[in-house]
Amino acid sequence: MTITEDPSTGTGVIGSRLLRKEDPVLLTGEAVFTNDMKVPGAFHLAVLRSPYAHATIVSIDTSAAAEMPGVRAVYTGADLADLWAAPMPCAWAVTEDMLNPPHHPIATDAVNFVGDGVAVVLADSDAIAHDAIDAIDVTYDPSDAVTDLEDALSDRVLVHSDLGTNTSYTWNLLIEETDGAVQRAFDKAAHTVSERYVQQRLIPMAMEPRAVVAIPQPFGGDITLYTSTQIPHVLKVMIAVTLGVPEHQLRVVAPAVGGGFGSKLDVYAEELLCVALSRKHGVPIRWNETRSENAVATIQGRGQIQRMELAADANGKLTAMRVRLTADMGAYMQLITPGIPLLGAFLYAGVYDLPKAYDFSCTGVFTNLTPTDAYRGAGRPEATYAIERAMDALATEIGIDPLELRRRNFIQPEQFPYEACTGLVYDSGDHDKAATIAADLIDYQAVRARQATQNVAGSTRRLGLGVSTYFEMCGLAPSRVLASLNYSAGGWEAATVRILPTAKVQVVTGTSPHGQGHETSWSMIVADKLGIDPADVDVLHSDTMIAPLGMDTYGSRSLPVGGVAVSMACDKVIEKAKQIAAHQMEANVDDLEFVDGEFRVTGTPSKSTPLAAIAFAAFTAHDLPDGLEPNLEAQVTYDPPNFSWPFGTHMCLVEVDTETGDVDVLQYVAVDDCGNQVNPLIVEGQVHGGVIQGLAQALYEGADYDTDGNLRTSTLADYLVPAASDVPPITLGRSVTPSPTNSLGVKGVGEAGTIGAAPAVMNAIVDALSGLGVRDVAMPASPNTIWNAVASAQSITTPGGTQ
Amino acid sequence: MMVTWRRTAGSLIHHDEHLGAPVEITVTVNGTQHTHDVEPRLLLVQYIREHVGLTGTNIGCDTSSCGACSLHLNGEAVKSCTVLAVQADGADIRTIEGMADADGTLHPMQQAFMENHGLQCGYCTPGMVMAATSLLQENPNPTEDEVRIGLEGNLCRCTGYHNIVKSVLAAASAGA
Repeated sequence: MTITEDPSTGTGVIGSRLLRKEDPVLLTGEAVFTNDMKVPGAFHLAVLRSPYAHATIVSIDTSAAAEMPGVRAVYTGADLADLWAAPMPCAWAVTEDMLNPPHHPIATDAVNFVGDGVAVVLADSDAIAHDAIDAIDVTYDPSDAVTDLEDALSDRVLVHSDLGTNTSYTWNLLIEETDGAVQRAFDKAAHTVSERYVQQRLIPMAMEPRAVVAIPQPFGGDITLYTSTQIPHVLKVMIAVTLGVPEHQLRVVAPAVGGGFGSKLDVYAEELLCVALSRKHGVPIRWNETRSENAVATIQGRGQIQRMELAADANGKLTAMRVRLTADMGAYMQLITPGIPLLGAFLYAGVYDLPKAYDFSCTGVFTNLTPTDAYRGAGRPEATYAIERAMDALATEIGIDPLELRRRNFIQPEQFPYEACTGLVYDSGDHDKAATIAADLIDYQAVRARQATQNVAGSTRRLGLGVSTYFEMCGLAPSRVLASLNYSAGGWEAATVRILPTAKVQVVTGTSPHGQGHETSWSMIVADKLGIDPADVDVLHSDTMIAPLGMDTYGSRSLPVGGVAVSMACDKVIEKAKQIAAHQMEANVDDLEFVDGEFRVTGTPSKSTPLAAIAFAAFTAHDLPDGLEPNLEAQVTYDPPNFSWPFGTHMCLVEVDTETGDVDVLQYVAVDDCGNQVNPLIVEGQVHGGVIQGLAQALYEGADYDTDGNLRTSTLADYLVPAASDVPPITLGRSVTPSPTNSLGVKGVGEAGTIGAAPAVMNAIVDALSGLGVRDVAMPASPNTIWNAVASAQSITTPGGTQ
Repeated sequence: MMVTWRRTAGSLIHHDEHLGAPVEITVTVNGTQHTHDVEPRLLLVQYIREHVGLTGTNIGCDTSSCGACSLHLNGEAVKSCTVLAVQADGADIRTIEGMADADGTLHPMQQAFMENHGLQCGYCTPGMVMAATSLLQENPNPTEDEVRIGLEGNLCRCTGYHNIVKSVLAAASAGA
């Protein structure tokens, strides 16, 4: 295997496995999560939530609650209506005519999902607040709930009756070389497959439930919001708009945040309630989400029905693709709900060289369920799942090995930069390399031979080998591309590098980490650039007063956009320092080079000045070049020219017990090429976690609703977030193909594991059972589901057979 | 059909009477003795966080499923959301804040988590460290499977457990 060496500009810091700076405070309990904040005099807010998925609110009696000792106020939606300058924000109107019913933090006339807020209590303690919401009487007039996507499409029952339909939008992307190319390709195809897949709803379940503390300054007018969020910057803008709070008086801080996975990439009712009510009462207001609230009141992910049709020639080369999605919006649009399935629209062709014959359509529909939004991968795991499962179906149809079919369709290394049929340009890739590394690690041919021996007639323990490849669209995002998708914000990132008088360095980043280790990685980038020790760099983030500019952390964007901005700010500050050095060394700027933390006259290495001396000179400002401002600081706002495109191959070996339906994952191999790696330790950690989240979708997790819209998996006792004993160790392979579109050559890795894993696991399970006639197994592939799939296939393939 | 919904009968409304008088408890937390009057319904985790003021012990669920609140009660790891504060009267408690030495030297288990990247967001970490140290007390040389089974009461959403298991095995090798 060939491995491209990581480039390093000097110190060798980049590419090293530096231990994380973040760890000591997290390991000792010193880190302050929002719920840990000690706030004297705060009122505790609790939300009464609807037990009905679909009902009219007839009356609310808050009198008993209001009289309880320690209760400061009780409000219904009607009481609060004047506080909202605008409905809760949706930043992505994907079509001109998208239907987006107004959504306020507390419902007024009707509730539309179990968990919809109906009233709030402010009290002296969390316990009193929760006691008090139990004492509120609400009279509801319930109606049928819409809980099934196909039922929603029928408009049998309307979630929002005033809209006249449950369909919010239909978004089309038809790419054809000539009119009718897709249909002609299907007509002429030697092989076609038409598959239907269900992406079950997933509950993100970040280990830290959400928490909010709003602290007002009643006379000064300023207000500070501490919240467990991925997006302090976006949130500040959105709160200003939604509440009419002057943006310059609003400060948003994300303290230590216990995981997000997309679920904290949102503007939530409780954030708006705490800010609005703290202004109203002039005291701090705090709210802590319980886990069972988190399951219904924080967004859920996925929730799609996918129809996937492939056309291929006699050799299995893809000639056309048709994708039809029905996407579950839930009861309302949250921040980017409608756009999530469309983030996948550009990835259904996967890593394959598809001609301009692509027909994609997505219909977003309302249901009486918790709103959906971004969950790790956001649209991209769904797309990868569909193409990778369908490629296996096509391989079966043609009768060739699934890896061989993939190889026949790979975009080849020499085709990069590759303009995909969708018009987006993939930066770099070497799919055969990643696939070969993965195949070697799992010993592909030997496993196939074992299968032939083991999966014989009558065998009840069957081996399955699943392959999945992927391209991921990361580095969100070039602002102009976002504009073309009608997204209401840009995709840039800001960074400031400030060299202090004593040569210690402050970095201010607009990214907002919550487990990804930015403090470590950004320190490494700066240390490498400036020739200093990473320990001498402090990374400031997640506080809009300290880091006023930023677009935050999601979509594997932080390194390829935010990290690159940090690197560029280093270049800029070095340029300024060089002018001072040239002045003091009485040399020409062009004759100086910056090496190992000092300025040298090219060709005369003995003549040098360390950066530390320049930093102090910039601070005293006694002797600077004419016109040059004191101090060493540079700010950069970087708008990426392209997305970045990580890719990889995952392989999974399972043994399925056909008598119990139990799946034993024997081996899991992941080769994720995210370009240059700043810190392989952190990269590997991201992949491990991502793989297990993807594997959990395949095997364990699913938001299970009854037909009345009650969530039956609303606790961690019912919703199967896997434990250590439920998951396998992971073998990682290494492939490094730098991105040519940014100076660090990086691509992003936060979602890669999740994207590759679910299809690899499910392809393995179906592969294990294919000899029994099983063509598909629904996720999560529980023992019961697998047993039924086997029984049903057997009853079909064995005429007269019984289940 | 109209339905009037009150989640509980009126009994809780007069919660002072219903819940009984505060009870005095004395506990030793990380070597320091504390005495407080607490509501009988107060959970140990709430007591540690809100009365003792040590917030390193986290709350991640309401069903004793996640283990984020694990601490040592009389030398053994327990989920402190499953113990009432009054039940801990007289107990010796160790929380994550009591693991590192006063001079800042991390406990070998904490050190192993750091060296093996056994944490990302860090929210499950205090509970994971407390559970893992308790596990090694019972079984100083566990196999990988024994570590995985031994930690099944502690959930992590970030790491996929790979490096947590590695950390615990490394700590065992180091004789933690």
